[in-house]
Amino acid sequence: MTDRIEIEARSTHLDMQAEPMLINIGPSHPATHATLRFKALLDGETIIDLESEFGYLHRGFEKESEAATWTQVIPYTDRLNYVSPLMNNVGYAMAVEKLCGIKTTERCDYIRVIISELSRIIDHMVCIGTNMVDLGALTNFWYFWKPREEVYKLIEELCGQRLTTAYTRIGGLMADLPDGWTDRVLAVCRGVIPECIADVNALLTKNRIFIERTMGVGPIAAKDAVALGFTGPCLRAAGVPLDLRKDQPYLVYDRFDFDVPIGEKGDTCDRYMVRMEEMRQSLRIIEQAIAHLPGGPVNVDDPRFTLPPKELVYENIEALMNHFKFIMEGIQVPAGEAYSATEAANGELGFYIVSRGGGGPYKIKVRPPCFPLFQGIRHLVKGQMVADLIAVLGSVNIIAGELDR
Amino acid sequence: MLSAKFGSDVVSTHSDFGDDTALVRRERIVEILSYLRDDPALLFDFAMDLTGVDYLGEEPRFEVVYHLYSLEKRHRVRIKVRLHEDDPVIDSAVPVWPGINWYEREAYDMYGIVFRGHPNLARILLYEGFQGHPLRKDYPKAKRQPTIGPEE
Repeated sequence: MTDRIEIEARSTHLDMQAEPMLINIGPSHPATHATLRFKALLDGETIIDLESEFGYLHRGFEKESEAATWTQVIPYTDRLNYVSPLMNNVGYAMAVEKLCGIKTTERCDYIRVIISELSRIIDHMVCIGTNMVDLGALTNFWYFWKPREEVYKLIEELCGQRLTTAYTRIGGLMADLPDGWTDRVLAVCRGVIPECIADVNALLTKNRIFIERTMGVGPIAAKDAVALGFTGPCLRAAGVPLDLRKDQPYLVYDRFDFDVPIGEKGDTCDRYMVRMEEMRQSLRIIEQAIAHLPGGPVNVDDPRFTLPPKELVYENIEALMNHFKFIMEGIQVPAGEAYSATEAANGELGFYIVSRGGGGPYKIKVRPPCFPLFQGIRHLVKGQMVADLIAVLGSVNIIAGELDR
Repeated sequence: MLSAKFGSDVVSTHSDFGDDTALVRRERIVEILSYLRDDPALLFDFAMDLTGVDYLGEEPRFEVVYHLYSLEKRHRVRIKVRLHEDDPVIDSAVPVWPGINWYEREAYDMYGIVFRGHPNLARILLYEGFQGHPLRKDYPKAKRQPTIGPEE
């Protein structure tokens, strides 16, 4: 049960008795994607045991949050999963709204769904693309770069930022959609994204080299995946159809028609397949959400949570005071605790927040989806080859920003 | 339901903000968690999260918070345990869910909560030479640690 490797373990199946070799992979290695470290105990090229370490990027998100106001935490959440920051914004805002008892407007919910699904698509693209780079298939990465760039342009129009979005607010959004934005989203979702998915599909899915590098590599049984706390595509690849968008619908996900793809063996190939299909399902959700996008305001009509309009602030002393108190003291959140779970690209993203009243959080704990996945890598690669570790690591999609916080 | 089964070991329960919560005593925590996992009406097979909270100035000071989810029943529960400052020790839940291993290490690292029977209770985010537990409320935010050399 311990996750420390036993150096004394001796090789057994080699004819020639040889000492097992301990090698370090990372913390700074092209295939570790971020600052992660593996200590692998090898018998020839076979991994006998593996110890994984992280913490090299730890920057104290939770401690910093305790010294900020509720709204000031939103930019910090961008830096958790920097591949799909909008989903972190949404997850955090929903946790605080749960505590405040706010019901967000319908338009806000629809927009949150659209930006979440766009984020899921680019997140999966980065995951598959970098995973294939590690396996030597660079072209797919370039193919996925193009739609990702288009989506970043859309996000930039939305909030002026490409990576550090900070788009949600407690009780709503930073701003409404710019004119014609949904048309441009539809153009991208009907044009460049499906084209690039089809290109990568054609290059990989029936490619013999790809199949042999991924099929049966890093498999996990459904019950082990559950016991280890896997969620998201890695769990669904093992055949467990857990998707919070279906199981515990939040926002307005229960109004959309989409499927949850599942795999069988939970190996690297299944994880790839599940992600490919999820991107197509996300496109379906975006189409439906845009078709039914309601009008109306994006922020709740409640002066306790929404900043007064800027025009009023300039000419009205009450609005000016309200604005000032908002910025200096923060939103007043009632005392209590809440846990909100959303289905992020990697799995369940949970925010556990404790308020003791006042303008800032008493405690924020993030449940990053890749935390149990990273813990499970040891289970996935034991008995496999060193090169398989690289394939597996890319396919479980470790994001050090949210792993370390 | 938990109160009926474990009586006075369940200190209080509430469902604020839609989250079912039970504050229990630490003595039978592993028994309670196993019951939550195995009872056919509950079946909490996922240990989604574990964390600590420091209520500095209150007694007991620390709180360990478990978030559980059931795949089949699709429900959630939050289990909390209060621990005294001079004895922040609780039994490890690793025998119940192996995946809770690293969460417990993290709570140990950040709050100094000791999980009795944990297979490898070492620091996880910080290095071994780090002094103190940074998420405790009395740990200053700007405190610096001594510079260390490479691991030997």
